[in-house]
Amino acid sequence: MSPILVALKRVIDYSVRVRIRPDGAGVVTEGVKMSLNPFDEIALEEALRIRERGQAGEVIAVSAGPADVQQQLRTALAMGADRAILVQTEQPLQPLQVAQALLALCRTHQPQLVILGKQAIDDDNGQTGQMLAALWERPQATFASKVELDPGQARVTREVDAGLEILEVQLPAVITTDLRLNEPRYVRLPEIMKARKKPLEIVTPASLGVGENGARVKVLKYEAPAPRARGVRVSSAAELVELLAQRGVL
Amino acid sequence: MSAAAGTAASAVLVVAEHAGGRLNQSTARCVSCAAQICAAAGGAPLDVAVLGAEVTAVAQAAAQLHGVRRVLTLVRPENAEALAAVWAPQLAALAQEYSHLLGPSTTFGKDLMPRAAALLGVAQISDVMAVQSAWRFRRPVYAGNAIVTVEAPSHSKLVATVRAASFAPAASDGHAAVEPRTQALSLPTHTRFVSRSEPMPGRPDLQTAARVVSGGRALASADNFQLLYRLADALGAAVGASRAAVDAGYVPNDLQVGQTGKIIAPELYIALGISGAIQHLTGIKDARTIVAINKDADAPIFEVADIGLVGDLFQIVPQLEQLIRARARH
Ligand SMILES: Cc1cc2nc3c(=O)[nH]c(=O)nc-3n(C[C@H](O)[C@H](O)[C@H](O)COP(=O)(O)OP(=O)(O)OC[C@H]3O[C@@H](n4cnc5c(N)ncnc54)[C@H](O)[C@@H]3O)c2cc1C
Ligand SMILES: Nc1ncnc2c1ncn2[C@@H]1O[C@H](COP(=O)(O)O)[C@@H](O)[C@H]1O
Repeated sequence: MSPILVALKRVIDYSVRVRIRPDGAGVVTEGVKMSLNPFDEIALEEALRIRERGQAGEVIAVSAGPADVQQQLRTALAMGADRAILVQTEQPLQPLQVAQALLALCRTHQPQLVILGKQAIDDDNGQTGQMLAALWERPQATFASKVELDPGQARVTREVDAGLEILEVQLPAVITTDLRLNEPRYVRLPEIMKARKKPLEIVTPASLGVGENGARVKVLKYEAPAPRARGVRVSSAAELVELLAQRGVL
Repeated sequence: MSAAAGTAASAVLVVAEHAGGRLNQSTARCVSCAAQICAAAGGAPLDVAVLGAEVTAVAQAAAQLHGVRRVLTLVRPENAEALAAVWAPQLAALAQEYSHLLGPSTTFGKDLMPRAAALLGVAQISDVMAVQSAWRFRRPVYAGNAIVTVEAPSHSKLVATVRAASFAPAASDGHAAVEPRTQALSLPTHTRFVSRSEPMPGRPDLQTAARVVSGGRALASADNFQLLYRLADALGAAVGASRAAVDAGYVPNDLQVGQTGKIIAPELYIALGISGAIQHLTGIKDARTIVAINKDADAPIFEVADIGLVGDLFQIVPQLEQLIRARARH
């Protein structure tokens, strides 16, 4: 049975209050907790459930980033991924380049599904899955909150601005996850031990045909958002309505 | 590959979002952003692309948007639903004549634009919140905890999504020409639209409402949300919610406000029993007046609230509703 590819990005943990570096060249990462992007944990969980239902072969976890990312890939293996591939690079890849790397892995592994997060919560780009689907010339079902797999196709419920939308896509296809798709499992200690023996392959972007992209977006500087003016406190509903009326908002 | 390669900004194309024969307001906001790019590029022209199966009314509405030179229509039965896999190749083909391709940062644009960018072989800039030049923009990252200034190379095309809440809608005082286009593209058939839920009837739309009343986990049940709906009715407001309230099933997903829900910019935002997690706050930072009602005086929501009221929402909300209805009667 064909495998499922899951793309996982290592990001600053969602609970960290991110601080800007004094030189404005980035955010502070020293001593900061790093985790799997929450949407990607959901992507992995969905892949594992599909495999556990007997509807897929291996679950292959892929991440692009520096050597440290091995730690998050070990977590993915402990959650239940069968093997992992690290696309190792010190220079962060942009979504189009990640999509190119994933495309090369799709050509090699012929997955029936590639599941990604709908966005990485560091750069908040929300592009990679759609870009991969374009390059691979396959269907995309973004922002999934439910995935039903049948032979040859998937029926995906998507969270869109109007509410919920249902699409049917032929396989292979690309799916990106929304928060309500599932609740990822916790990793148990014995699994962490077992995960050490699972295969983790390291490749380079160049070996996947990912070049220096001439169309790269340059980040010139990071700044803190403009703070809002200090507010006032009122002590009753009546006072609140009075103040709103004074300010002309009612 | 592109006519615009190697040149300065030549022209900007905005893709229209529409449903049920009506232009979505996100398009008018995108046009405002596009107009700033055109101005920064020394007066480049601005066109709007309308794809659909029947687009007469939508194209007319788009033609009235201030600053638009032409409305290009692509009418095909396959365009009845905005399937990214079907629309992206058509957009990419249209974009050959343009230096910039913009769409709104709604679920429509977030789905479609990266696919078009990849077909064009270029990067995308997501969630543009300010235009500094034709190639330089500001956008939020880390759930709005940081704002980055980014620059795209001027030798390739630029694809971007526009954070609609950051731009006022363009006025409807123009009269652009509508120009039907045809393309000899064969389109993929691997994706089939099945259904879409209908919005709740008789309620203002969360993304465009001038007033929004939002509830959090503290509401504790779907029934209790009725309290909030009554207040919203008294104010003529739309209803929103935190992720916790949506996850708990008190309200449907399309009411979620925040980093991974809707980004909104109402005149008045009232947060009831919402703690103010950064992922929620990023969705409301452009609201003009933020009111917070929370029983915890130290809740982070008070750090961004213009007016704070510490107390039990179950007592305060009915009082508020009465006071507002009483005012309306005078
Ligand atoms: C990747 C990711 C993305 C996310 N995206 C979003 C998003 O888009 N939008 C979003 O909202 N969240 C999002 N979240 C979740 C976010 O981190 C918070 O968990 C969530 O916003 C909390 O919702 P809440 O404020 O309703 O609940 P809580 O944090 O539990 O707050 C409830 C509040 O109600 C108050 N309260 C309780 N009883 C009363 C009462 N009787 N009267 C008055 N006040 C009362 C409490 O003091 C408390 O402050 C995201 C999280 C992650 C990890
Ligand atoms: N460096 C990366 N390595 C692996 N997967 C990634 C990487 N960057 C992005 N992705 C995947 O693409 C999704 C969307 O990311 P983005 O387009 O950067 O917001 C993420 O949720 C991941 O599933």
